[in-house]
Parts: sequence; structure tokens; C-alpha cells
Amino acid sequence: MPKQIILAAHFPGVNNTTVWSDPDSGSQIDFASFVHLARTAERGLFDFFFLAEGLRLREQRGRIHDLDVVGRPDTLTVLAALAAVTTHLGLAGTLNATFREPYELARQLATLDHLSGGRAAWNVVTTSDAFTGENFRRGGFLDRSLRYERAAEFVSATRQLWESWPADAVVGDRASGRYLSAADPGTFGHHGDQFDIAGHFTVPRSPQLHPVILQAGDSPDGREFAAASADAIFSRHGTLEAGQEFYRDVKSRLDRHGRQPDDLKIIPGVTVVLGDTDAEAQEKAHHIRRQQFSPQTALLLLEQLWNRDLSGHDPDGPLPTIDPDVSGEAISRGRAGMHADPVATARQWRTLAEEKGLGIRDLIIEVAGRQSFVGTPQQVAERMNHFVQSDAADGFILVPHLTPGGLDEFVDQVVPLLQEKRVFRTRYTGTTLREHLGLGAARPVSPTVASA
Amino acid sequence: MSDSTLHLAVALDGLGWHPAAWRISPADPTAPLSPRWWATLAGEAERAALDMVTLEDSLDLQSGAADGPDGHTDQVRGRLDALLVAARIAPLTRHIGLLPTTSVTHTEPFHVSTAVATLDHVSGGRAGWRPRVSARRSEARHFGRRDLPILDPTRLDDPETVRLIGDLFAEAGDAVEVVRRLWDSWQDDAEIRDVATGRFVDRDRLHYINFTGRWFSVKGPSIVPRPPQGQPVVAALAHSSVPYAFAARHADVVFVTPADAGHAAAIVAEIRAAEEVVGRTGPPLRILADLLVLLDETPALARGRRARLNNLASTDLHSDATTFTGTPGQLADLIQEWQRSGLAGFRLRPAVLPDDLTAITRALVPALRDRNLFRAGYPGGTLRDLLGLPRPANRYAAESTA
Ligand SMILES: Cc1cc2nc3c(=O)[nH]c(=O)nc-3n(C[C@H](O)[C@H](O)[C@H](O)COP(=O)(O)O)c2cc1C
Repeated sequence: MPKQIILAAHFPGVNNTTVWSDPDSGSQIDFASFVHLARTAERGLFDFFFLAEGLRLREQRGRIHDLDVVGRPDTLTVLAALAAVTTHLGLAGTLNATFREPYELARQLATLDHLSGGRAAWNVVTTSDAFTGENFRRGGFLDRSLRYERAAEFVSATRQLWESWPADAVVGDRASGRYLSAADPGTFGHHGDQFDIAGHFTVPRSPQLHPVILQAGDSPDGREFAAASADAIFSRHGTLEAGQEFYRDVKSRLDRHGRQPDDLKIIPGVTVVLGDTDAEAQEKAHHIRRQQFSPQTALLLLEQLWNRDLSGHDPDGPLPTIDPDVSGEAISRGRAGMHADPVATARQWRTLAEEKGLGIRDLIIEVAGRQSFVGTPQQVAERMNHFVQSDAADGFILVPHLTPGGLDEFVDQVVPLLQEKRVFRTRYTGTTLREHLGLGAARPVSPTVASA
Repeated sequence: MSDSTLHLAVALDGLGWHPAAWRISPADPTAPLSPRWWATLAGEAERAALDMVTLEDSLDLQSGAADGPDGHTDQVRGRLDALLVAARIAPLTRHIGLLPTTSVTHTEPFHVSTAVATLDHVSGGRAGWRPRVSARRSEARHFGRRDLPILDPTRLDDPETVRLIGDLFAEAGDAVEVVRRLWDSWQDDAEIRDVATGRFVDRDRLHYINFTGRWFSVKGPSIVPRPPQGQPVVAALAHSSVPYAFAARHADVVFVTPADAGHAAAIVAEIRAAEEVVGRTGPPLRILADLLVLLDETPALARGRRARLNNLASTDLHSDATTFTGTPGQLADLIQEWQRSGLAGFRLRPAVLPDDLTAITRALVPALRDRNLFRAGYPGGTLRDLLGLPRPANRYAAESTA
């Protein structure tokens, strides 16, 4: 049997990938939008629904960024509500380990797992900038190098909490009056540099025992953390070559942790544009890119590289002749840094603009506008399958550009083709997300559980 | 709907409030781990047009001990996160208010604010929230970020204890203040989708809350747009003067535990005085009396059920709230009498679920309707509307137009 493709639906995020100016763009906060996308994904037999998270509104030049879609729900709360309107779809939430505590998050995720019948997943992120920390008790003092140390301890403490109720803890025998098989269930203790906690957990063992753990982060530390602890990686590597290289790198790290290649799934975030003909799809893709990069957004992205106020520039005019400011504090806050050497990148951009005769906006579209799969449903199905069969990924997290109908066409037109190729399920065969992903039963980590 | 309408809430917890409830409940003893349980109970309450269901929670195992678990194997132990349970049943209900409990001692005010705001979004304006203080040492050890002493419940007037409780409530007050400011940090009309200027939001309608306090500082704004109710309903459970003052300052609704009608009148007077002292603005607190209820068709049957439960629990029932044992008609009498003490309504804690809940919805509610004390159905609208609380103006909008 060929490799089976994993598919997930990313609710459109708060960045310029999401187009709000289109007449078909709906609310990013009404629950009905979440229901629509989740039900579409479930109709398409997707593995899971996915939510990103950002805990502080982004800023540029000291002011709240106002060009992109902004305002979204609390991740866990909306996933719990979605559990009521879906039956099989996995429910994955991005939740920052730096600004949460294991006891509370473990009980929220175990609760979500109970409330969804075993469909919960956690995408562990570790962003720890002091900027975001200003919204939290903890503040932003966690050193960058300690982020993954904290995340690793966090996940290990969380798994211990999830295992703390024995499988047979609740007997509920009315005749004898025995509710518990033994007194005081849920005993746990974690004593590390990041957490020193002990006591009793409140949530009995959940259907998956371990809700699925995803990781999103690309540094060597991030990859190692994923190889040691995660069930899946949400990666950015959407091209065939980069995908294969990443895939090889991460899968080769598993052996050291006593794990098999199939224990860690690699699922890049990708975009899809469909048309009846290839030309029509390319035309649509071009139109979407222009929507994603308004004149204002183009200037703003240019400012992020230049680290200067460029608001006076004509978006259709030439690139600035002055070099980026590499000495000052970053003008953009609340998003990951993207440019290692701004001066060199600026030179490349200028050269490219001159060669192709591009103004600022067209140049930005050229360098930043990435669309992974553009073509007819047949072409897209073929390329996606090739991508997976040649080990550039195990599946995809689809990031639509429109809320909430952005995956309607994909589900109607591409999913049936993947099914024809026998690389995608024709019905759900399991009930839990671990089963959908082919992960097998969770392996307990606690010495107490292992020896019990 | 006039303010004189009686308000009725039902407090849901496990398989009921009596420690032996699970022994005689027809439900599966593990039912509280399943979403169907909560959906069924909320649906039952909604069919009788109750104002809201409340959901208990704690960051510790249920326990009768002053610290940590109590070694009982004969009572329900373990529970789910109340806020997520409320969210799970929101899409399955249409009118009833959903009011989960959350600790504010060890949690992040920012997360709590966005979670309750989201509950309001997913329920179409039916969210409430009961902040609670976590004073137990065992809860503190679950977080490992501060030490708390073991509180001796028999010596609550010890000066150290008084200071500690004062601090915990002061911190809780700061938490509610932050939560509420964050709800207002987006003006209702912040989203503009102005294609001409390329702007999705008007940043002048988003506000930093700049809260600085003894326990935490929070910058804001929220990541969640203003909830449909503007301010979801905040409730407090209060038994004495410190929490009365906390409620007067921070809550919309207060649950109190009078022993009789005279005591209820005294509590109402004390709370109205507290409202004066703290300089409360806006509508007065809606005061609801908590009653643990054990209902049956005849007084003798009800007493028999109570004896059976106590016998199974091999202890008499200890409760902070008065226990009512009798018929739904007798309970309607009591409600009618107590309401004259100035109570806006009642929060009933069913001794056994679902039995005492169905007695409330199918016998008590019709009895109250016969006396014209309770509405026939939902008038439509948000939980605030149901409670006669106006949608508050946004504090920051008022500032920026001033
Ligand atoms: C595909 C992808 C998606 C991410 N999504 C989020 C997110 O939604 N919220 C967040 O706080 N961080 C997110 N991150 C950031 C990562 O968790 C991580 O903090 C960041 O990549 C830095 O870690 P690194 O140094 O290991 O790359 C994402 C990263 C990647 C690669």
C-alpha cells in the first residue's frame, strides 16, 4: 500500500496570508466560521483541525499592526466547542509552553480529550519574548536558550500528569460503595530546574492517555525536542528539496531516542490554488497574491527588512537606495525574525527588482508570495502525492486564504482524487486522533506507571 | 423582562452535591467525564427556562481535609475543567447561561479573560464566570510558584490567616479587574475592513490596559474581540464580609448562603452596605441564595431519601448552604417567603443528579409559574438581558470620545 497522506485544516491566521478584502471573506471570530471550516474538514475526512496562537497583538513602529486580520478566540475554549459539532476530526491547538503551567494545561488538554472522545492535540510552541511576557505573571525573563529546556520539562511533567490516574482508578461499585480502587489517585511529582511541583491531578485518564503532541520550530534545539518528544512536526518546508532535507534530518534523529521513523510525522503548512485549467489557476494565484500584499502591506514588509520608516515611499516605485538599519532595535514586534543578514538581502532584492523591472509591491510579491500547489485538481493531487511518496512530508496542514470557505473546493475536488489514488482514507477507521495518524497507543513515560 | 422576575440557577457538580449521590443516582458513576452528561443536564435546565447553570471547579481533588486529598474511596473524585465543559455544551444549548468556575490564584488573568470572552463568543452571549480563590497549600504545590500555609478552618480569625485571606481576595480583585479591562480593550467597532486604506482594524479603538499591581502587571490589549455581552456576567460565592466586599466591587451576581429568611434579609443589608462602602457604580448586585435541595413527592419520602443518603455516606451532610428537604411545593413556599428578604433569586444545588434536577424543572418550576413567580419561557437575548443587566458601555470608548 502506498504511503497514506495526512491532511489537516489550519484556520486562517492573523497575518497577510489571510485575505480579508475579498467579498467572500467572512468573520474571523464568529463561531459559525469555525464550525464551517471544521465541518468541511470532517466532510473531507481530514485528520485534524488546527489553530495557531499569538498572545500579544503585533506591533510595528510602536503601534498596533492594523493591516492584517486580527482578533481570534482562546484556543482551548473554541476547540472544546468544536468538539460538540464534529465527531471524528482531531482538534489541535497551538499553546505556548512559556506562559502556561503544566498542572493547568495538562488538565485542560485531558479535559478536551475526554470531551472529544480522544481527539485532542497540542502544538507546543516556545516563543518567549519579553514583549509577549508583558501580558503575563511570568513576564519575559526566560532566556532563549532555556525555552526548549522548559518545553521538554513541561511536556514530560504533562505526560506524567496524564498518566497519574491508573486505568482502573474508578470502579464505581454501588453495592460495595467503592468509587475508587485506591485512595487519593492522581499522585505526581516533578522536580526539575524549570518546575518543582507535586500533588494530585484532578482528571482521570483520558481516551488517548497522551493527547497528540505537535511541535513547530526549526532550530536545532527545536528539531531535537521534536525527535525526543513530539508525535508530529508542523514545518515550514513546502518545497520538494527543502522538504526532503528536513525530513531526512529529523527522521535520522529518532533512533537516538529509541524511536522509529513512523513515530514522528512531518506535516508542512501549505497553500493550494485550484483552477479548471492550469492557466486559470495561475491567474487566480496571481490575484490572491495581490490581495495578500496590498500596497500598504508591501511597504510594511519592506520596513521589516529595512528596519526604517519607509511610509513615504511609493509602493509602485523603486526600492530604497539607503541600506537597512542594522544597529537599531527591531521596529516590528510580535513576529519571528525572518532575515539573518538584512543588508545582503536588501542587495539581492534590489538586483532582482532591477533585473525584472519590479516596483516595491511587485518585488515583495515576488520574494514573499509563496503558494505551494497551484493547478488543476488533477495536477495538485498528483504533486501532493508525489511530495509525500518521495519523503518530503507525511502530509500537509492546508492554510486557506479565505475564512471560512477556503477549503470547500479542495474537499470537493482534490480529496476524491487522492482517494482514487488510494493514498487517502475513504472513511474514518478509528475514533481517536492517534488512530487517524497511525501513531499506535501512547507509551507511558512515568516510572511509576511503567513499574505498576 | 422586569427586575422583579425570580432568577433561578442550578449548580451542577459531579453526580450531585450529596457525597453519596452516586450511590443512588441512576447515572453511570463515570458520567461526569462524558460530555453527554453535561449536555443532558443543561438541556433539562433549559427546557424549564432556568437562567443559568453553574459548573464547579477546583485545582485540587475533591477533599474534606484542610490540605491535600482525604483518603476517601467512597465518594466521587476527579473532574474536568469547568470552563471547557461549558464551551463543550454551548453549541448544544441556545438560551441558558453557562457560568463556570475558575481559580484566579494560580492562573493567568490574560488566559482567563480570553477564555471567558471566547465562551461568550461561542455561546452567542451566554457566558458567565465565577472567579474563586485557591487558598489550599496543596493547590499551591501543584504550581510550585509560591508557598501557602495550611489554613485551619477552625481558626479563621487568627491574624496571619486574616491577612492571608485578605491578600488572596485582593489578588483575586486585581485578576477580575484585569479580566474586565481586557474585555473592554477592543471597542465594539474596532474592526473596520477599510479597503481604501488597507486597514483591517482601527488601532485607535484598541486599548492597552496598562495594569500594574502587587501580584502581576498586564499590558494588553486582548487578543479576542470584545465579547457579545461586552462584559460577561461575573459571579461570586460569598459567606462573609471579605467576599461580600469583593463581590460588591467586582461582581454582577453574588451567591450567598442564608440559614433562613431573617438571615437572608441581614445578608442583603450587609451586601447593600458593602456596595455603599466600595462606591459601587452600575446596577446593584443580583443576590441569589444557595440551597442544597433534596426533593420528593411527599415530605416523608424526601426525609427517607435523605436518611438513606446519609446512611450510605455514613455521615450527616455538611454543607455551607442550607439544605432543603421536602416537596417541590414546599420549596416553592420557601422561595416565595425568602424572596421577600430582597433576594433576586436562588441557586439550587441538586443533592442527586439528575433526580433533583428533574424535580426542579418538572415540579418546582411549574409550581412557581402557578404562583406567577417565574417566567414561562425565554424572552430571547443574552445572559445579561435575562438577568436584567444592561450591556455596559466600553470604559475605553468613553475615554477616547471624552
Ligand atoms: C510552521 C510554524 C508555525 C508556528 N506557529 C506558531 C504559533 O501559532 N504561535 C507561536 O507562538 N509560535 C509559532 N511558531 C513559532 C515556534 O514555535 C518557535 O517558537 C519558533 O519557531 C522559534 O523556535 P525555533 O528557534 O526552534 O525555530 C511556529 C513555527 C513554525 C515553524
